[in-house]
Amino acid sequence: MQMEKKTKKNRQRRMENVIVALKNDKLSIFAIVWLIVLIVIALIAPLLPLDPITTDTTSMLKGISSAHWCGTDELGRDYFARLIYGGRVSLMVGVLAMLASASIGILVGTVAGYCGGIVDSILMRIVDVLHSIPWLILVTVVSLFLKRGIQSIIIVIGLFTWMGTARLTRAETLSIKEREYIQYAKFMGVPMWRIILFHVIPSAFPTIIIVATTSIADAIMTESALSFLGLGIVQPDTSWGSLLQRAQTYLQRSIHMAVLPGILIILTVFSFNKLGNLLRIYVEPRISEGDSE
Amino acid sequence: MSEKQILTVENIRTTFSVHKRTLEAVRGVDIHVDEGEFFAVVGESGSGKSVLMKSIMGILPDNAKVTADKMEFAGKDLMSLSSEERRRLRGQEIAMIFQDPMTALNPVKKIGAHLTEVIRRYRKVSKAEAYRLAVEALAKVGIPSPESRMEQYPHEFSGGMRQRVMIAMALSCSPKLLIADEPTTALDVTIQAQILELLKELQERENMSVVLITHDLGVVASTCSRIAVMYCGMIMENGLAREIFYHPQHPYTRALLRAVPKPVTGEKERLEAIPGAAPSLLALPQGCPFQDRCQFACAKCKGELPPVHRYSDTQSARCVFTGEELDRLAKEKKGGNA
Amino acid sequence: MAEKGSVILQADGLKKYFTVRNFLGTSKKYIKAVDGVTLEIRKGEAFGLVGESGCGKSTLGRTLIRMYEPTDGKIIFDGEDITHLKKKALLPYHKRMQIIFQDPYSALDPHQNVREIMDEPLRMNSSMSKKDRDDRIRELLGKVGLSDDALDKYAYEFSGGQRQRIGIARALSVNPDFIMCDEPISALDVSIQAQVVNMLEDLQAEFALTYLFVSHDLSMVRHISNRIGVMYLGSIVEIADNDELYDHPLHPYTQALLSAIPIADPDRAQASKRQIIQGDLPSPLAIPSGCRFHTRCPHATERCRTECPALKKVGEGHQVACHLV
Repeated sequence: MQMEKKTKKNRQRRMENVIVALKNDKLSIFAIVWLIVLIVIALIAPLLPLDPITTDTTSMLKGISSAHWCGTDELGRDYFARLIYGGRVSLMVGVLAMLASASIGILVGTVAGYCGGIVDSILMRIVDVLHSIPWLILVTVVSLFLKRGIQSIIIVIGLFTWMGTARLTRAETLSIKEREYIQYAKFMGVPMWRIILFHVIPSAFPTIIIVATTSIADAIMTESALSFLGLGIVQPDTSWGSLLQRAQTYLQRSIHMAVLPGILIILTVFSFNKLGNLLRIYVEPRISEGDSE
Repeated sequence: MSEKQILTVENIRTTFSVHKRTLEAVRGVDIHVDEGEFFAVVGESGSGKSVLMKSIMGILPDNAKVTADKMEFAGKDLMSLSSEERRRLRGQEIAMIFQDPMTALNPVKKIGAHLTEVIRRYRKVSKAEAYRLAVEALAKVGIPSPESRMEQYPHEFSGGMRQRVMIAMALSCSPKLLIADEPTTALDVTIQAQILELLKELQERENMSVVLITHDLGVVASTCSRIAVMYCGMIMENGLAREIFYHPQHPYTRALLRAVPKPVTGEKERLEAIPGAAPSLLALPQGCPFQDRCQFACAKCKGELPPVHRYSDTQSARCVFTGEELDRLAKEKKGGNA
Repeated sequence: MAEKGSVILQADGLKKYFTVRNFLGTSKKYIKAVDGVTLEIRKGEAFGLVGESGCGKSTLGRTLIRMYEPTDGKIIFDGEDITHLKKKALLPYHKRMQIIFQDPYSALDPHQNVREIMDEPLRMNSSMSKKDRDDRIRELLGKVGLSDDALDKYAYEFSGGQRQRIGIARALSVNPDFIMCDEPISALDVSIQAQVVNMLEDLQAEFALTYLFVSHDLSMVRHISNRIGVMYLGSIVEIADNDELYDHPLHPYTQALLSAIPIADPDRAQASKRQIIQGDLPSPLAIPSGCRFHTRCPHATERCRTECPALKKVGEGHQVACHLV
C-alpha cells in the first residue's frame, strides 16, 4: 500500500514536469501526436484495405490522384500503401536495432568506465578494432551467414553500431563514478552490478537517451543503405529508406516518390528526438523550472 | 576620508520572472557608499547581496527588472544612462571582481593579453604602453617577476594569484568604486589574509571605495568600516563596524554573531544555532522575512514590513522592537524559564 | 571493544600516493598526498585535522577508513591491522567506520528517495527484516530532526543543511564507532553550520562516537575538537590538545595559520599581529626537500633545507615537526 502511494506520487511529479515542458514547446506536442499516429497506423495496417504488392503495368509512375493518394511507383503499385507498409518496417527496424545497439553499448560502456584498468583497456580495444574495420566489409561478411530479411538487418545494425554509444557511456561513467554517492555505495559493499544498474545508468540517462534517440535515425538510414546494397529488405517488402533509394532513378519524372518518404523520415526522426528530450525531462528527478537564485 | 557619497541608491527593487512566476530578490534597499570607504554587505545565500550590486552595475540577465527611486554614482544618474554609457562606466569607473577567478579568465589567453585588452579598451594607448601599464598593474598587486608572468596562462597560476590578476584587471583603469563579490571565499585562509591585506592597501593608496560582499563576519571585522546586514532581499541592519559587532540591534544580527564560534578565547559554550532555514524567495511571508526563525516574533511582525529605527547617524535596524526592548524581552524569557 | 580513552584508530608511517601519467603514458609522477603520517585517535574524542587545500587532510581521512588503499604504512583499527584487507574482509570494518561528506549535493544519489538512500547500506550490511529496517530509518530521521514525510522525497527537495542531516542519519544507520567528518559544514550557510555542529556534538554524546573532523575552518575546529593535528603538504607538522595548540602554537606554519584566521571582532582584529605568509603552496608533484615548509618559512635555516624534521614530543600531548623547536 505504501509502495503504491510512493510510486504514484513520484510519477505525478514527473508527469507534471513533462506537461510543463509540453506546454512550453508546441512542437513537442506535434511530435508526440505524430508518433502516436504513426505507431497506430503501423499496427493496424494489415486491417486496412491497402495493397502494396499488386503491380499494375498500366498505371506506372502516376502522380497523386483520387485512386492513388500518393501516386504509383515504377511497377504501378499504390505508393500510399507502400509508404505505410514501408513505415512499419522502418519503425520496427529503427526501434529494435536501436534497442539492440544501445543495450550492448551501455553494457560495454558502463563496465569499461566503472572497472577501469585492464577490463577497460580490453573492452576499448575491441571497440577501436570494430570501429576501424570498414563497415561495409563487416556487414557483407556477416550477411553471408545470415538469411536476408528484417531480422538479419536488425541484428547486423545492432551488432555494428553500438561502439559510439559505448564510448559516450564510458565517458559519462568515468565522471559519474567519482561522485560521492557512488563511492559511498562501493564503500558500503554494494556489488558492482547493482551500482552500475541502479546508480550509474540512471545518472547517465540524459546522455543515453539522447544517444538512443539519435541512433533510431541512424538505424533507419543504415537500413536503407543496406537495402540499396542488396543486403536488406527483400522486395516486394519495403521500407522508407529503400523507397528513397529506388526513387533516385525516377526523380525527374515522379518526384513524389522521393519527397514523400523523405518527409516521413524527417518527421519521424524529428519526433523521436523530441520524445527523447521529454523522456530526459521525465527521468531527471529535478523540477524542470530551475530557480535563478 | 571625505563625507561625499560616491554611490547613493534609494528604494531599489529587483525582480526576476521565472516561468511566469516573480521572484523578488531585492525588496526596497537604500544604501550609500562614501568616497574612500570600505563598505560591507553581509548576508547568507538568498539574501540578495550579490543581486543588489549586480543590479546597480546593470549586469543582470534579461529576465530581471530593476527599479529605484534614485541611483546615483559620482553625481551621474545611473538610470538615465544608455546601455553604452553604462558599459563604459563599468569599465572605467566601477569595477567588479568575483568569487571564482578561474571562470572569469579565458584559459587559452595569456595573462598579459587579458590585462592589455582591458587597458586598451578604455584608454587610448599604444600596445607598448598598454604592456607597460599591465606589468605595473601586476606589480602593484604583489605578483613577483611580473614580466615573466605576463606570458603565462591562467592554469599556471594558483587561486590566490588569479584573484590578484582579477584585482589588477579591475584596477587597471583606476576605478572610483570596486565591488568585490565574495573574493576570498574560495581561497585558503592564509591566502585570504594576503588578498584582504592587498585590498586594504590598494584602497588606501588609490583612495578607492570598496564594497565587499561576503557571508564571513570575520573577514568583515578586519577590513570594513561600515556594514549592512541583508536577509531575504532587505537590509535588516546597518551601521559602523563597531556598532554592528558590539551593539547589534536587530535579532538577526545578534543571532548571526552568536552562531559563530567565539574567536580565540576558548569559550566552549554551545553555539546558538538559528532554527529553521531562510524562506524561499518564491514564497516570502507577509511582514518581516525573519519571523519564522526569530525568537521574539509576535503578531506585529506578520502584518506589514517592520519600520526602520534609527539609533544614531550611522546605525539603523528594521524591526518592530528596538534593541532595548529586545534585551528586556530576553530577560523576561530567561526569568520565565528559570 | 576499546574503552574510552584508549586508542581506536592508529596510523603508522601512512602514505598515499596518486600516480600521474603524462599524455603518452611514458613518464610517471607521484602526487604524495599523504607522505608518512603517524597519529593516534582515541576513543570518544573529536580529533580535528586542519590544513589548507592540497595538504592531504581529506585523503588522510579517507585512507584511514580504507576508502582508499594505502600506498605504504599501517592502519590499526581497534587493535587490528586493516592495512591490507580486501573487499569482503573490510566490510565489517566499514560498518564501524563511517563518513560524512562535504558536499551535500553530491553525497546523495539524486535518483533515489530518502528511504532508498538510507535503506541501501542497511540492507547490504545487516540481516534486518524490511520492517525493522524501515523502523530504524524512521528512528534515525527523527534523531536528526527530520520527519517521516521526508521518506518519499528526493534529495533535491531539501536544503543543504537538511541534506547534510540525511547524510548523517545514513552514517549512523549501521551503528558505527567512528565517523570521518570530511568538511561537513563548509558548504553550508553560517546560520545552518551551528545547527549541524550542535547536532554532531549531541550525537557524539548519545552514541559514544569518535570523530575525525577534517576542516579548513579553524574556529569551528577549535569549537568541536579535543585534539588537533595540523597538516601541510602531506605530513603532520603539529599535534596538540585544543587549547594548547591555539594558545601556544610552536610550528611556524601553525602560527601563521592561526594568525590568518579572521576574527569576528573589530578591536581584536586591529590589535592582532598578522603574520602573513608570503608565497604560494608548492605543487604536490614537487615537494620541497628537507622541511616542506622551508620555502615559505620566515625562520628557515640551512638545516631546514636539507633535513626533514620528524614529529617529536615537546610537552604533554604536544608534538611538533620543526628543527627550531
